[in-house]
Amino acid sequence: MALKTESMVLNMGPQHPSTHGVLRLELELEGELVLNVKPHLGYLHRCFEKHAEAMQYNQVVPYTDRLDYLASIGNNFGYALAVEKLLGIQVPERVEYIRVIMAELQRIASHQVALGSNGADIGALTPFLYLFRDREHILSIIEETCGARMLYNYIWVGGLSHDIHPDFVRKTKEFVNHFKPTIVELDKLLSYNKIFIERTANIGVLPLDTAINFGASGPTLRGSGIKFDLRRDDSYSIYDRFDFDIPVGKGLQGTVGDCWDRYYVRVREMEQSLRIIEQAIDQIPEGNVQSAIPKRIKPPKGTVYTRIENPRGELGYFIISDGNTNPFRVKVRAPSFVNLEVLGELCKGYLVADIIAILGSIDIVLGEVDR
Amino acid sequence: MKNAEEIFEILKRQFDDAIIGIDKDTPTEPIINVDPLQIHKVGAYLRETDELKFDSLMCLSGVDDANGTKVKDAEGYEFIQGGTLSVYYNLHSVELKHKITLKVSTPREDAKVESVENVWKTADWHEREAYDLVGIVFLNHPDLRRILMPYDWADGSHPLRKDYKNPEFYQGMKVPY
Repeated sequence: MALKTESMVLNMGPQHPSTHGVLRLELELEGELVLNVKPHLGYLHRCFEKHAEAMQYNQVVPYTDRLDYLASIGNNFGYALAVEKLLGIQVPERVEYIRVIMAELQRIASHQVALGSNGADIGALTPFLYLFRDREHILSIIEETCGARMLYNYIWVGGLSHDIHPDFVRKTKEFVNHFKPTIVELDKLLSYNKIFIERTANIGVLPLDTAINFGASGPTLRGSGIKFDLRRDDSYSIYDRFDFDIPVGKGLQGTVGDCWDRYYVRVREMEQSLRIIEQAIDQIPEGNVQSAIPKRIKPPKGTVYTRIENPRGELGYFIISDGNTNPFRVKVRAPSFVNLEVLGELCKGYLVADIIAILGSIDIVLGEVDR
Repeated sequence: MKNAEEIFEILKRQFDDAIIGIDKDTPTEPIINVDPLQIHKVGAYLRETDELKFDSLMCLSGVDDANGTKVKDAEGYEFIQGGTLSVYYNLHSVELKHKITLKVSTPREDAKVESVENVWKTADWHEREAYDLVGIVFLNHPDLRRILMPYDWADGSHPLRKDYKNPEFYQGMKVPY
């Protein structure tokens, strides 16, 4: 007679260090084997979209900081681009260059947290400390210019809140030179570490067609082996002027689209961001960064959807204007929200401990999932 | 790569009555209006056809159009009667790199839209969000629950409605603002 078995339901979170915030997962298990994962969200919900409707267009910018709080510059950037498209204004060259450099610095800082915490979650604590040490450089560089370390309120509709600090160019160059060798160090310490590879290769494999159907974007999508990056494929700002590669998952340690691939795409992306910064930093033209900021923002009636490549993927703003000074509707297409949707699919058939590695490799920020 | 008008012509030929019109009077992209009860068929066609290949749903947004009449109830509280709720679909083709915006409108008092979860899996959570915050019911959705608000939030209370009123109490606790 066969032994009768029953699956077990286990609760994970919301207070759990590896959920990167307050996320509750309802696991259905058969022993250690995961049958199903059901995420429960909303613990950080503060209805950003309702707040935005009560604000004037320029007042929304500080609220966007708090969506993906590890990549605030990107959030400001996307929002500013959307409103500028609605208004039909062109910003000065100097603003474009500073925006791109800031966004790429922010991308590196964001990936440093992602990679560090991915490693720390599954037992590699040292790289986490090294990466946070280097992230400190970026935060100080940005702090010197706009006075904040995390929630910058830096990119405004039509311009920037401050011009760059006189030391900005020198310090950014210093950082680039300092950080290049540390990527090599990171590779030795974590990327090609036998234990790390054992924990991440062939785990949480995401096939390409599933990724597209689930709307995955950013490193989560590129880890599955497609060269799709909005900076090149739906180019915005001045990204078409720079030369950079788009790293994709190749299955070097296992299968294409596994956790290691998603991890490795982020490492290589940091190098490409350094390349963009190196090209842009010497070309910043002179100019006034506030000359194009409109005194009163009152766009014509209409809708706009713009998207940018944030560190976590496609950040979209869908804005409806009814011709007033307040937006009629702002919907944020948050990359983490959409990427998290695929988690249930990814975890099926793996072990409980693998969920931590998979969640780390998707790299979510709950501020943006719950909005 | 096709522009919005070409896509509109193709759809009009394929689904005569399901395609209501094209709105070109927008500052950015034109919007194709679709029948809310046939949107899943239009979606499946857009995804499967070789010349269109809209394999990615970038964004799905529920909107309260607030185009009804404002009525005051006995307590002097103003709410909206009549008018429509809308859903916007922003589609994109990874291979062909073209984009299109679809829009469906449904009556406010009986807001029902066919789910496109079968066509694009990503619509699952987006539709739950539109149900949760705007109160649009998606027919044939596999798991239509609230997603961002608490599961026990009062029935029929949807924060992104333009006439939403903050509740005084939640589960017996005073809401402080």
